[in-house]
Amino acid sequence: MEIKVLGPGCKRCQQTEQVVSQALQELGITANLDHVKDPIEISNYGVFGTPAVVVNGEVKCVGKVPSKDEVKKWLQQAK
Amino acid sequence: MSEQCCETPSGSSGNVMILACSGGSNVGQLSNQAAVELTKEGFGKMFCLAGIGAHLSGFVQSAKDVPAMIAIDGCSIGCAKATLEHAGVPLKAYLVITDLGIEKNKNFDLDSETIEKVKAAVKEACEGLPVEGGSSVACCS
Repeated sequence: MEIKVLGPGCKRCQQTEQVVSQALQELGITANLDHVKDPIEISNYGVFGTPAVVVNGEVKCVGKVPSKDEVKKWLQQAK
Repeated sequence: MSEQCCETPSGSSGNVMILACSGGSNVGQLSNQAAVELTKEGFGKMFCLAGIGAHLSGFVQSAKDVPAMIAIDGCSIGCAKATLEHAGVPLKAYLVITDLGIEKNKNFDLDSETIEKVKAAVKEACEGLPVEGGSSVACCS
């Protein structure tokens, strides 16, 4: 599974990365988790803002720190 | 690491997503020009309706998650509205330019007075939009 957190590295982007990491750990799922900080690469996803979370190429949320339950739902759907 | 970039601005102004039909008539192009000028003036940010129409997940999810958004259609055919409905994006604020008494035609020489009238109507239509809470969308874009 490929997961990307999009964001320049601010506090909320880092919180998002932590939430995703915790969700992965709690579900026992192994995945490639990247934090994309390059603004040009971020713009290629067509998101209006950050943080954003991408699971297997699909943007799941934009402009907010998702809850752990939300992330778990996306991960289970993508398994 | 930047601590500042995701701070929440006060009020919804500046983070209003503006989606214009940008259609092939005077009113379609008025929607586009109003969106461009309102973006330049800092009222909101124009966003790609075409990306939503193409069902690209980044565009669709952005439109779903943004707290404040307006769709501007030139005429009552409502292509912008229909595009959003087709992508499952709920409308938040909506304006049809012909409802302002501006007649649809193929004259693309837009006059500034009419553009200002559309911009004022957009601002009025956005008055009911939520003030930003803790999920500022455009802060880091």
